[in-house]
Amino acid sequence: METFAFYFLSISIVALFAVTVWSRNILYSMTSLAAGMVLISGLFFILGADFLGVVQLIVYVGAVMALYAFGMMFFDATGVVKEKNAPAMTVFILGGLTALMLVVIFAAPSIANGAPAFYPPMAGANNPQAVGLVLFTKYLVPFEVAAIMLLVAMVAGIILAGKKMDRSLSKIKDAELEGGEAKDSK
Amino acid sequence: METLVYTALFAPLVGSLFAALFAMSPKRQMTGVVTSILLFVSFFSSAKVLMHVVEHGEVHIKLMDWIVAGDMYIPFGFNVDAVSAVMMTVVTLVSMVVHIYSNGYMEHDRSFNRFFSYLSAFVFSMMVLVMSDNFLGLFIGWEGVGVCSWLLIGFWYHKEDVGRDVNPSISPSWAANEAFIMNRIADLGMLVGIFLIYWNVGSLQYDKVFEVVPGLDHGLLVMIGIFLFIGAMGKSAQFPMHTWLADAMEGPTPVSALIHAATMVTAGVYLVIRANPLYELIPEVSYFIASLGTFVAIFAASMALVNRDLKRIIAYSTLSQLGYMFAAAGLGAYWVALFHLAAHAFFKALLFLGAGNVMHAMHDELDIFKMGGLKKVMKWTYIYMGVASLALCGIWPLAGFYSKDTILEVAFNEHTYIIWFILWLTAGMTAFYSFRLVFIAFWGDERYKKLGFHPHEVQNYVLWGMLPLGILAVVFGWHKESFMEFVTEMLPAYEMSEHTHHMVATLTVATTLIALGGILLAFRLYSVRLRRDEKVEKSKIYKVLSNQYYIPIFYKNTFSEPYAKLSEIAWKEVDMQVVDATVDGIANIIEESGDAARQAQSGNLSDYLRWIAIGAIALAVLALFAALKS
Amino acid sequence: MIGLGHYLILASILFSIGLVGVIRRKNLLMLFFATEIMLNAANVAFAAISSYHHDLAGQMFAFFIVAVAASEVAVGLGLLILLYKKYGTLDLDEFTMMKG
Repeated sequence: METFAFYFLSISIVALFAVTVWSRNILYSMTSLAAGMVLISGLFFILGADFLGVVQLIVYVGAVMALYAFGMMFFDATGVVKEKNAPAMTVFILGGLTALMLVVIFAAPSIANGAPAFYPPMAGANNPQAVGLVLFTKYLVPFEVAAIMLLVAMVAGIILAGKKMDRSLSKIKDAELEGGEAKDSK
Repeated sequence: METLVYTALFAPLVGSLFAALFAMSPKRQMTGVVTSILLFVSFFSSAKVLMHVVEHGEVHIKLMDWIVAGDMYIPFGFNVDAVSAVMMTVVTLVSMVVHIYSNGYMEHDRSFNRFFSYLSAFVFSMMVLVMSDNFLGLFIGWEGVGVCSWLLIGFWYHKEDVGRDVNPSISPSWAANEAFIMNRIADLGMLVGIFLIYWNVGSLQYDKVFEVVPGLDHGLLVMIGIFLFIGAMGKSAQFPMHTWLADAMEGPTPVSALIHAATMVTAGVYLVIRANPLYELIPEVSYFIASLGTFVAIFAASMALVNRDLKRIIAYSTLSQLGYMFAAAGLGAYWVALFHLAAHAFFKALLFLGAGNVMHAMHDELDIFKMGGLKKVMKWTYIYMGVASLALCGIWPLAGFYSKDTILEVAFNEHTYIIWFILWLTAGMTAFYSFRLVFIAFWGDERYKKLGFHPHEVQNYVLWGMLPLGILAVVFGWHKESFMEFVTEMLPAYEMSEHTHHMVATLTVATTLIALGGILLAFRLYSVRLRRDEKVEKSKIYKVLSNQYYIPIFYKNTFSEPYAKLSEIAWKEVDMQVVDATVDGIANIIEESGDAARQAQSGNLSDYLRWIAIGAIALAVLALFAALKS
Repeated sequence: MIGLGHYLILASILFSIGLVGVIRRKNLLMLFFATEIMLNAANVAFAAISSYHHDLAGQMFAFFIVAVAASEVAVGLGLLILLYKKYGTLDLDEFTMMKG
């Protein structure tokens, strides 16, 4: 059952992400990306990382993808993306080499064995409990720092995207757009 | 006692630094006055130290440890014994007079303050030279006076270079460089001598060195003696390194008086006197020194016979008198050399300062043929120069009589009759050229009037300032006996043999007669009017003499020009072709590779990302190999 | 039985797909998507190692990666919007002002 689930999920994820990367339409890309993310959370559940799976669903599928979706309202996303793609040769050589290297490194037997487990899950606790215990004891400082980072990112996102939000893009003259802040502050 | 010694030493330094503060600002009378006062303080302390040394013997003080490295131990010490004390007093006295004199002489110079800074710095270096108790300190002072001499000869560095036929010294900066470079060559010899001493003795302190010296190998001592004497030859302008001294007359006249007559050039003599225990052991080198001194005496005197340049005549006379000093020192009569050194310092400084007055009056005209009859307008200068010339000729009862006569007696006593004869002949030549100068410049018809000069006597305080030198030029010789007693505490005594004792009267008369003969000849020729003999001036000998035996031209052709050519080759072939080419090549490679690598900076993020991917792969490969190896 | 190796190979493949996207695509938005794929590949590897190794540290890192990804999207999207407003395109070939 687990084997079946793994292969099913794996093949679906690879296919979906391949669509994301190769699709000419941004909407297709985004949709397949979101679907892939959902399926990845399935992998997490199989691995017993329940909490991570939930976070994956909420943050990635819920928040990040929604943010992309909203962000795309600013762009002309309906049409087909016209771009000069890099030569296929380079892409395949680089991508293939990377995959090869990573597989070779990960498959090397010495990697996984021998490293001591620093924070083994507590006996008897379920995954969210164990995660919470470690996160709020050993990783408290990084956790708080991450919180501040998210706050800063939020403020930055609002300020960057929110400029001249009160005026329609089509009504702003080009010169004014290029002039930037100087004229704005007058 | 220490305080007095330090005061004598450091007062000129303080004065120099004080004047240096105003070096770039316009003339301030204050700098001249302050340095002169500090020089007086230094002189006063030196005199007190001299008295102390007379009564209580030498003073030895240590300022601080200087170089302590491994086995090397050189303290910064000062040793004031009879020789140093005499030198200190002479140096500070002449310097003080020259400082006072310069206040008047440099009155209108725009670098008035700078001049006093250099002058005081020179006195400080000279004091270090004579007071040091080891060879290294002496060397420091030696170099210090060399630098100051360079600065002061080239004091009017802004003058243009001119041809050798217009001005034999070409220009002040040229003369300064010539003096400096020649001294540098000689100093190398001296440095080698000092190294040899240190290697073989392990110390540079005079007392330790001279204690050990008698036990050393004779050949080694000869080497040391020769190398040290090479240094002395450079500083005291002995043949063949004599050309710089005459050219050094490009400097301001007070400088000529102080440095190139009275003090610095006698440093070589001082070195030989100081190293007398060494030279006593190597009579062959001493004899060479005496012979060279004798040669220089007559060689320089012969050039002075025909020269028309007021200062150059006196410069050659200085050279000649230095030759006398070396002759005396080489013959073992060290105290006589020191005595002549001191006496010469007084009357030669006086002579130069008088020459300065004349130059001042004649608006820097140096050709004595354009002067004449100046004694009417410049009475006091005339008297000073007359006295100094008489002293130089060795006329009784002036200072030169006692010192020069003793040198001749020594030469006779040593049975070196050739040396005696040459020195005796030189005495006659000295008398002739000295009074040729005096008669042409001060007697006869007033040729300057036609040329539109209006000479006038210098300021009164300048004349008063010269008075101590005038008095000493007269009376210094009277104290020969007490001087001898004093310095022979330190230097080996020199006893005349019985035979010479009987001959003294005859010798004295002979010397005086030839000196008087020279003066009379000059009187006959020049006292009424300038008599120029076309035939003599066209003769070969006259031309050779007036061209300084063609030695400067010989030097130019044999050393300067080939060296310049060599430098040109080194510049164009070696520097440009090899060194510069290498440097440029490196720069070109970097530039070209930068140009090529610039292609990578396309400005397109996609390309960069590709590079990042390549880098990441490379890192992964590296990690793989590292993992495989461990 | 599915072992750690399977998961790691899957993560490698996902990462490579992301990398291919980053290299191949010229549209900045697509680049962002590809970056998300790469981050997720890393997450998978972390979670797998954490699970097979009985060590929660892997999951912790996965959490922080999620946080970093979220911040990146927030700031990155803001910048993209500005860029689009100014130039009307997101094609990388159009932005070569820094050409040397």
